[in-house]
Amino acid sequence: MVDVKDYQSPVRPTWCPGCGNFGIWNAVKRALAGAGVAPHEVMIVSGIGCGSKLPDYTRANGFMSLHGRTVPVATGVKLANHGLKVLCTHGDGDAYAEGLGHMLHAARRNIGLVDLVQNNRIYGLTKGQYSPTSDHGRVSKTSPEGAIEDPVNPLALALAAGATFVARSWSGDIPHLSAVIARALQHRGYALIDVLQPCVTFDKGHDYDYYRPRVVNVNEEPGYDPADRVAAFARAQEFGERIPIGILYQTEDCPAYEEQVSELKAGPLAQQPFRVWSEDDYEALRREYG
Amino acid sequence: MTVTVNDMALVIGGEAGQGVESSGEGLALALARGGLRVFVLFDYHSRIRGGHNFAQVRISERALGSHSEPAQLVLALTAEAVHRHLDQLVPGGGVLYDDRLPVDAGVLTAREIDAFPLPLLQIAREVGGDEVMANTAALGAFAGVVELDLAPLLSVIEDNFRSKGPAVVEGNRKVLQAAHALARERYGSGFPWKLQVRPAGERLVLNGNQAFGLGALLGGCRFVAGYPMTPASPVLEWMAAHGARYGVVTKHAEDEIAAACMIIGAGQAGVRALAPTSGGGFSLMVEALGLAGMNEVPIVIYEGQRPGPSTGQATRTEQGDLQFLLHASQGEFPRIVLAPGTIEESFTAGWRAFNLAERYQCPVLVLSDHYLASSLRDVDAEALDFGAVRIDRGELLTEAELDALQGEYKRFALTESGISPRALPGHPKAVAAPSSDEHDEYGRILEDADNRRRMMDKRMRKLQAALGEMEGPIRYGPEQAELTFIGWGSTYGPLCEAVDRLNAGGERANMLHIHDVWPFPAAALEDALAGARTTIAVESNYSGQMADLIRTATGHHVARRILKYDGRPLSPEYILAHVEGMHHG
Repeated sequence: MVDVKDYQSPVRPTWCPGCGNFGIWNAVKRALAGAGVAPHEVMIVSGIGCGSKLPDYTRANGFMSLHGRTVPVATGVKLANHGLKVLCTHGDGDAYAEGLGHMLHAARRNIGLVDLVQNNRIYGLTKGQYSPTSDHGRVSKTSPEGAIEDPVNPLALALAAGATFVARSWSGDIPHLSAVIARALQHRGYALIDVLQPCVTFDKGHDYDYYRPRVVNVNEEPGYDPADRVAAFARAQEFGERIPIGILYQTEDCPAYEEQVSELKAGPLAQQPFRVWSEDDYEALRREYG
Repeated sequence: MTVTVNDMALVIGGEAGQGVESSGEGLALALARGGLRVFVLFDYHSRIRGGHNFAQVRISERALGSHSEPAQLVLALTAEAVHRHLDQLVPGGGVLYDDRLPVDAGVLTAREIDAFPLPLLQIAREVGGDEVMANTAALGAFAGVVELDLAPLLSVIEDNFRSKGPAVVEGNRKVLQAAHALARERYGSGFPWKLQVRPAGERLVLNGNQAFGLGALLGGCRFVAGYPMTPASPVLEWMAAHGARYGVVTKHAEDEIAAACMIIGAGQAGVRALAPTSGGGFSLMVEALGLAGMNEVPIVIYEGQRPGPSTGQATRTEQGDLQFLLHASQGEFPRIVLAPGTIEESFTAGWRAFNLAERYQCPVLVLSDHYLASSLRDVDAEALDFGAVRIDRGELLTEAELDALQGEYKRFALTESGISPRALPGHPKAVAAPSSDEHDEYGRILEDADNRRRMMDKRMRKLQAALGEMEGPIRYGPEQAELTFIGWGSTYGPLCEAVDRLNAGGERANMLHIHDVWPFPAAALEDALAGARTTIAVESNYSGQMADLIRTATGHHVARRILKYDGRPLSPEYILAHVEGMHHG
């Protein structure tokens, strides 16, 4: 029996009071404990940014890597030890700016990661520049006349790339978020969870009161079928007065990447003994060149 | 006519796609089976079809460490090949070509070069039933001109075509024999270079990439991530080809940043992981290099150099990345750099790199170059000693040690050596979350000044211990000499021959070969240089990067430098011509 307390670290978060990361952090721990995953059975990989400090505040295997490179590091962990649950926790700058290409490739290869993106639509740690998910016209320190670009649409991108699990939640609804994470942890392959969160310091326009009335859980809508990719794509276009949350799309029909790597049939690489080879295996190496 | 036996060079020249490479490989293997020593230089352009490619097959009874500039015979698959290699041919040499190629034999005879036209395509078509066997005819004709026994070539043909069925084997065999007989009859008596088989020991014919791959595989490499880039892509392909049988997962990643990050993830999870690349790809990997340094993750990066900057010359050679590798990344952290210079050293570097990476928990960079990576050479089978390969994982906590662990696991425990015993994730007591931010002993973010100093000291202390494992320069030639060459990496072969030729001519020369580059074995080099008189650095780059490193590390100023940066490899002749120039300059 795993308890949320097992994930308790002596380190206190440095996040601002009221930061959306607290909710995400609690939901992550609750989901992991609820799924019966012990701290040594998971690896939480992050990048750099406010949200990426989550592993520092959590007693679990973790690895705080580079800004934007969370997903390839996590991919290496998963291929080296697919017995571990691998959870990415990184922000919108990390995932959708520097790391966007990696996300699309992770999605199309369906590698078994839970990719949780702490999407506060602003750069917090570097103190208030606009992010790839900031609204068009967003005034920030690097867009003083308003952002000229339109925001990226991570859910639509992930769907287009072939993601087999595409979900959104928000930090103000811990029960929903932890339930989505729990489902993602059981998913076969890559699972994107875009988690909207207020940045109470640098984005006062998108606080809890902004999101609460707007979020709509698609999974509570009669007739919504998460197996319908076209419907999911349509709902992924919605963002504004109505913000769809929930599991927009999921299919278990695609094997995960690691299931299809022949060398991993013998078990996690990290646990396979070295050179279990026959004399003929050695001899074959010489024969190639003789 | 003075006949020279078993000492010549053949150039096989043609367009990309004509089989220059496979002909060179097949011939080299056959010659090695026939007891002869070979070195094959491949020269090709960055294109899939057309252009002019060649394989230069040097053949001798003594072991060869490099190609040489002059050639005795050209096997021309195109008319252009004839003209491309005219200047290389020695008087009395010959050109072998299909008689339908528009070759002006008068140009050849004016240079005292013999023309050996033969109906190669016709033989392939009429005897073998398929013009695709023209290269077999060409190799048979070559064997006829040099009066080489066909047995070794036949054995290679049998091996190479076995998978295509007995009819193809038989067709090629007949074509080989027919072309051999005709060439021998028409031209054998007039060509003064001959090849005779010798008693053959067990020899392997391979290039630096393959030797490195073999070493890495035997050394327990289990995960390889990369992005194709000449000249290192063959290492990625080699591992992919061997993965299923030998248990190696290869990942052709979306880019080199991803590849470097993947091997860091794999290394953190406890798997010996490798990323092969060239300088351009390494530039991308640099982003992640410091992460491996900071979080003390063992990884191995193999960098096959080619000329830069930028795309440079994609299919050519240079040693221009040495200083880059020594300093790549922001900040300071321990790294180990090996620069193998031979097939044997490439093999050893393959497994040694992983031991060093795990013992010192840091990135290990193996620096090769196109010349070493791609050139084929025969080695005695025992020279690649599978039995000598050890897997030493360094200070790795066992399950029992972890079970008995009191208190929380300190991933970065401060120790005298700087090496913190490592636990692989998966054990309940091995829980840790190391941060690429400066961290405390547990890996947690800590900005404290004293901690920063302690952690920097701890990481850098690992270099002291690693220095003890770095091998000093290898001396080739007499202990005392008037002239001491200093080379590194792939300069070894050409320099050995230059030294031999100088000493044979009455001079006294030797060479110091540096193959462990960082931490720099300065004391060993100083000892080796103690008696040196005139020193000359020989490098395939513009500035003499090793000479500069030597000055930084030892104060010894190697003022004389023989440098080559035209993308083509150093040859013994190039080195000797420049030594000559220095004498007269």
